[in-house]
Amino acid sequence: METVAVLLAVLLAVAAVAFVARPFLAEPEPEDDRIGSLTPAEQERLRLLERRDRALGALKELEFDHRTGKIADADYEASVGPLRREAAEAMRALEPQTASVPEPVEKVDAPA
Amino acid sequence: MPGLGSAALVVAFGLVLYAALAGGYAAYRGRRRLLDSATNALYASFASVLLAALVLLAALARHDFTFSYVASHTSHELPLGYTLASFWSGQEGSLLLWLLVLTGIGSAAVALNRRLIRTVLPWTVPILGAIASFFALLLVFVASPFATQVAPADGAGMNPSLQNPYMLAHPPLLYLGYVGLTIPFAFAMGALASGRADERWIIATRRWTLASWTFLGFAILLGAKWAYEEVGWGGWYAWDPVENAALMPWLVATAYLHSVMVQEKKNMLRVWNAVLVAGAFCLSLFGTFLTRSGVINSIHSFTQSSIGAWFLGFIAVVAGASTALILYRLPLLRSRTRLESLISREAAFLYNNLFLVAFALTVLWGVIYPLVSEAVRGVAVTVGAPYYDFFGIAFGLPLVLLMGIGPLIAWRRASLRALGRSLLWPAGTAVIVGILLLLGGAGSSPAGLVGYTFASFVLAAIVLEFVRGTRARHALGDGSWFASFTSLVGRNRRRYGGYVVHAAIVLLLVGAVGIGGFGTTREAKLAQGQSLQVGDYTLTYLGSQQERAANSQELRARLAVSRGGDDLGTVLAGKNRYFAEQQTSNEVAIRSDWLRAEDLFVIADQFNPDGSVFVKALVNPLVNLIWLAGLLFVAGSLITLWPDAREQRRLARRFAEEGALARA
Repeated sequence: METVAVLLAVLLAVAAVAFVARPFLAEPEPEDDRIGSLTPAEQERLRLLERRDRALGALKELEFDHRTGKIADADYEASVGPLRREAAEAMRALEPQTASVPEPVEKVDAPA
Repeated sequence: MPGLGSAALVVAFGLVLYAALAGGYAAYRGRRRLLDSATNALYASFASVLLAALVLLAALARHDFTFSYVASHTSHELPLGYTLASFWSGQEGSLLLWLLVLTGIGSAAVALNRRLIRTVLPWTVPILGAIASFFALLLVFVASPFATQVAPADGAGMNPSLQNPYMLAHPPLLYLGYVGLTIPFAFAMGALASGRADERWIIATRRWTLASWTFLGFAILLGAKWAYEEVGWGGWYAWDPVENAALMPWLVATAYLHSVMVQEKKNMLRVWNAVLVAGAFCLSLFGTFLTRSGVINSIHSFTQSSIGAWFLGFIAVVAGASTALILYRLPLLRSRTRLESLISREAAFLYNNLFLVAFALTVLWGVIYPLVSEAVRGVAVTVGAPYYDFFGIAFGLPLVLLMGIGPLIAWRRASLRALGRSLLWPAGTAVIVGILLLLGGAGSSPAGLVGYTFASFVLAAIVLEFVRGTRARHALGDGSWFASFTSLVGRNRRRYGGYVVHAAIVLLLVGAVGIGGFGTTREAKLAQGQSLQVGDYTLTYLGSQQERAANSQELRARLAVSRGGDDLGTVLAGKNRYFAEQQTSNEVAIRSDWLRAEDLFVIADQFNPDGSVFVKALVNPLVNLIWLAGLLFVAGSLITLWPDAREQRRLARRFAEEGALARA
């Protein structure tokens, strides 16, 4: 019984080492072994993507809250302008040629 | 084959140590293949730990008493289910379960986010490896489940209190919750170490966090149900240190689940969220330490051991390293967005966070104060239920109110007038319910009256949210009212699943207030034929009986139950005498009335030589709503966790845009 246990243990250790070493045994070797990292320009683009999505999400939210009576007309008017501007600015910065002020959302989703 | 189990643990230790060290070097130097190799080591460690777990399970099933662990926790007569469950009834087995769950879900989380980790979050793998290394080290060098001995004729058996069906599920679920909190911690710290301030780690860990939180919450309730039936004092939660150990990380994780929404929507509270994630994980380690170290006397603590110092050291390292990393990355985490109004959804989340964290810290102080007192003054003290009850009410009632108010306030800002209009229906409902309860005699418990009034406020607010949302969707042409309702929930499972969870908390509150504020207790020494009146129940002692079960001798008092002249049958309450364990346990009788949601709870405490018995009987009104709340809680969590195809498509588009940025 103990011999079987020792054999199984050795098998386990060998299999583990082989599996761990696999990335170094793969052929052909990859041209680039560096972990990807973002340049400052790419980080800025990522930040803009998040800003755009956040503003568009907030616009949907605002529309839904207004429709369900959770937000008064005056508060809605005060908030909708800056949010549209923010979304537009982010879109313009991402794609300067095509960005435009988003239209009010017609089909409203219940937002998060 | 204890040798195979030990070898599997040694191999696992080597693998997770490699994942930590090689992974750390790879992340630091930016070496992709080395990181892949470290990731493979993490995967392989799961297979190795699984093998060790199977060896232990096989030994348990075969009653192989050459394993010291098997001999210490089982006996020949212990039923198979409990024999297998003794995997987690002892310290060494519990630690093995921790490591098994950690390497399992750690590997799964890494595999599902492999591209993200390879490109932007390389530090996640070494962090997971480092945490797993600590548990593997304990298992290899300090508390091995594979220690051997000369086999005794029979084992010592299992603590009778653990021989309850709920104990089959409670510990594994609890560990899934505790260990699951490692995932958001590892990703959050991985993001900080990698210098990433964006929200990818939040998106990647959203479901893991929610699932862990659900497991932890449900496990707490299963533990309460076990205590209710097995410990048999008539209550469901005793503010016991080990119960509190699970409650603290759950409270902090609850705070995080709310505040992370503010980060996602407003890009605020980024430092706070990092602190909450680290705090929840440290508290989950602290919870394991409390349960396993035996430093605190508890009805749930089944061990005295020497691993306490190891755990305290590890918690100190984790807390110190997390704090240092958060401080180092403060410039990156600071948000330029400010709170626009004190009357807004994000402000409500902030208040909710402050109360939840204050409550968690209060509970923490109550748990550690006896230890501090004993260490500093040499005086052993206990912090009793009145302390926790006071703060539970002080922080709990505002939290309940916020559960009703929060969903009715808009994000960004709301005028007092709009808020007043939104609150009109829920507040009106609460006032009417309060008056009706007062007229119905509920004023006997002022705390109960306030609790029920607040509960009706929250429930009315939740119903109002569903009604308004359905109406809005119907107005947008979503078809029938039912279609509008399902479309509303389907389009935002997080929000409406969250409301179902809120309803579950309210249900739990109603049950807790019922048993705490309106229960009845009577006790008497009864001779055969004598009766005891409790509430509107009458108990008549018919005599005692004895039976031999698989591993115990059962002694029971037989009591006839009637209510208003109607015969409701008999109940059996008494004690079990366990042979192998040489211990006695109380076995209460519980007669549930699901229509009233109440229990008749009977304890036969003392059987006298003259044939009489000492009986304590309780009527626990609405207690079954607490257990029902557990099911509703899981249902709400499942709604929230259910994949949302629209959200998936949106994220896929977004990640495709981001993917173009990363050199995968």
